[in-house]
Amino acid sequence: MKAIGVILAGGNNERLDKLTEKRASSAMPVGSCYRALDFPLSNMSNSGVGKVAVITQYNSRSLHDHASSSKWWDLGRKQGGLFIFSPYLSSHNNLWFRGTADSLYQNLTYLERSKEPYVIIASGNGVYKFDYNDLIAYHERKDAEVTIAYKLAREGEDLRHYGVLEVDGDDRVQNFEEKPLEPTSNLISMGVYVISRLQLIKLLRAVNAEGRYDLVEDVFMRYRKRIRIFGYKFNGYWRTLNSVKSYFECNMDFLNRDVRALFTKQFPFIETKPKDEPPAKYNLGAVVSDCLVGSGAILNGTANHSIMFRKVYTGENSYVNNSIIMEGCYIGNNCVVENAILDKEVVLSDGKQIRGASSEEPYIVSKGTVV
Amino acid sequence: MRKKEMIAMLLAGGQGSRLGVLTATKAKPAISFGGKYRIIDFPMSNCINSGVDTVGVMTQYQPLQLNQHIGIGIPWDLDRRNGGVTILAPHLRGDEGEWYTGTANAIYQNMDYIAKYNPDYVLILGGDHIYKMDYSLMLDFHKKNNCHVTIAALEVPIEEAGRFGVINTRDDSSIYEFEEKPPNPKSNLINMGIYIFDWGILREALIKDNKVHHDSDFGKHVLPMLLNEGKRMFAYPYSDYWMDVGTIESYWNCNMDLVKTLPDFNLYDDFWRIYTDDDHQPPIYTSSAADVRTSLLSEGCEVFGNVYNSVLGPEVVVEEGAVVRDSIIMERTTVGRNARLERCIVDNSCIIGENVVIGDGENIPNREKPKIYNTGITVLGEHTLIPDNVCIGKNCVLYGRTVYDDYKDSRLESGESAVHEPEGEVLF
Repeated sequence: MKAIGVILAGGNNERLDKLTEKRASSAMPVGSCYRALDFPLSNMSNSGVGKVAVITQYNSRSLHDHASSSKWWDLGRKQGGLFIFSPYLSSHNNLWFRGTADSLYQNLTYLERSKEPYVIIASGNGVYKFDYNDLIAYHERKDAEVTIAYKLAREGEDLRHYGVLEVDGDDRVQNFEEKPLEPTSNLISMGVYVISRLQLIKLLRAVNAEGRYDLVEDVFMRYRKRIRIFGYKFNGYWRTLNSVKSYFECNMDFLNRDVRALFTKQFPFIETKPKDEPPAKYNLGAVVSDCLVGSGAILNGTANHSIMFRKVYTGENSYVNNSIIMEGCYIGNNCVVENAILDKEVVLSDGKQIRGASSEEPYIVSKGTVV
Repeated sequence: MRKKEMIAMLLAGGQGSRLGVLTATKAKPAISFGGKYRIIDFPMSNCINSGVDTVGVMTQYQPLQLNQHIGIGIPWDLDRRNGGVTILAPHLRGDEGEWYTGTANAIYQNMDYIAKYNPDYVLILGGDHIYKMDYSLMLDFHKKNNCHVTIAALEVPIEEAGRFGVINTRDDSSIYEFEEKPPNPKSNLINMGIYIFDWGILREALIKDNKVHHDSDFGKHVLPMLLNEGKRMFAYPYSDYWMDVGTIESYWNCNMDLVKTLPDFNLYDDFWRIYTDDDHQPPIYTSSAADVRTSLLSEGCEVFGNVYNSVLGPEVVVEEGAVVRDSIIMERTTVGRNARLERCIVDNSCIIGENVVIGDGENIPNREKPKIYNTGITVLGEHTLIPDNVCIGKNCVLYGRTVYDDYKDSRLESGESAVHEPEGEVLF
């Protein structure tokens, strides 16, 4: 493999509301048994990238917990393997990461002590399957200095929450704006870049000397005329978890057989940390229709069009509809949960009702709440 | 090598011939159980949960799947620099060598492995029972009573004890007699095949007995010999769930136990987790057309049809209109549209065609192997293919790529078999 990997998993997203109170957006649970980070991490390992750094900052506990045993992604290695970087104090530095470029600059040693010609940088909260070798092959073919993967926006997507690219007929990037007030195209940056390692080191040093800290604004944007930046159009499934709405939709996408097949049936697979839960148990009263269920769940009630994570318990005569129920939730007898997101380990005692307005505005119950 | 207080020796070489075609390609300990597990996961998990981190697994019959399953022991945290799991296969020494000829002979042939860890105690286990047991408590018992040998003893109803090896004890649990299948048992304690030995005593006994008996066996030879020599032998009483899944019927019953609302055997215990090789563990999907009741579904199952009172292994697909009832379907099997399965056991990676009916007709025992298949359960071996639109009776055995010629008028009557050994051909 010609590249090392960097996953930027430090960010928070206030548009994920209470869901990121206690976790980074890269640690968001997705599809009954995954966390967002599993997707870029598995993509790295499935593409043959043998040395990967995960850069964390905001609420990093759950990310450390999840990624620290690197075995599951085949990254428990003597050569390369998984590196997890968090901000730290030292004699000449006592600051948090001031931006994405700064987080890389503060870990420049990682880049310097590698020999691979390229670096693949990916954000930690994208849900997709991508062979990064395709990106590198394109990068080489275009003789590019930076290549940015992009995706055509879906119909009606609010572009103001994304990085938006403008490219010319040859796919060379003309403009790149983060969260533009007035978007000028419908090409969304996936937050996946390939860049030459030596070039990146040079650029990081240059922007740091100027007191600039952001990868997109201060490196790509500022240098777009001096270096050859190209866009790569990605055609597969891709979602980023940057709002409650996109989080809800992304989970519900897993009810689609093709989406499930992409991630779970077609090799290579998305891997996650095993939790060794027993099989899910459907008891006599279970009526489970169009639902995703995690292992270790025990179901006694009705569930419809919902995502239930591992170890969820639903009581007799309970009714769950159009909801996301995270790991370890307990739903008592005769409860109703509709248009809601129950964060991990929520307990609903018998007969409680949780109702949100709609898929667009689900009712969110914080982690560990007892109702 | 750092000294270990106790290491485990797990006997996993047995075929389990009464399980018929389920052991065609794997040893009994490698057979699936409870959906996602294999039988050997239970003693392996018991070991790590009891703090035993050095396990020698002796394989002999069809070891490939067992070796692949155990690997370097990652699922059980038994990938260790010092200790961990080691597969011990029979091998040549100098010009000679032999198979494992008996339980004690297998340990005898691996004394060098034990000696490397210089343990105080050796735990001997079988690989074919379903149970949860804290071996560290058994070791406490062993030490407290200053035993040379401790034997785990299951309390059974006295009328059933006659089918097993019975242990007769004094009031302090010390053993004074062994009886093999006695017509009138004096005690209700039976030998579970789980032993703790002082390593010195075990070593001496193995060397001595293997000079006398070529097929040295613990139950038959070594334990009676040690008792005659006046060694301190105690029975460690155990009364929890313990099941031998040695026959098609007991295997089926024991799986079916798990689908009850409150099963006798609890897999959902956070503090005594059963581990298995399951890195890739996608979610389970049940569609809006599906109806699933009183069943266990493992990771990656996709159900579009109906599943009642059944146990499904990982990545089983039940297509629309299919009905699976009172059955055990193992890993990666696909049940085609509108198929109807009743009381059957389907091994890994089978393909069952559309409109296939299994379990139809009278309960006639299998013609070739009536002693194995006689309770109405039809069994499909690993990688079996069933073409569309055929009807299969009870107590049938199917194995390999079956073709229409195997079915007269699209039927395989109760008690008939259709077997095509795959011989290295990768089917699906």
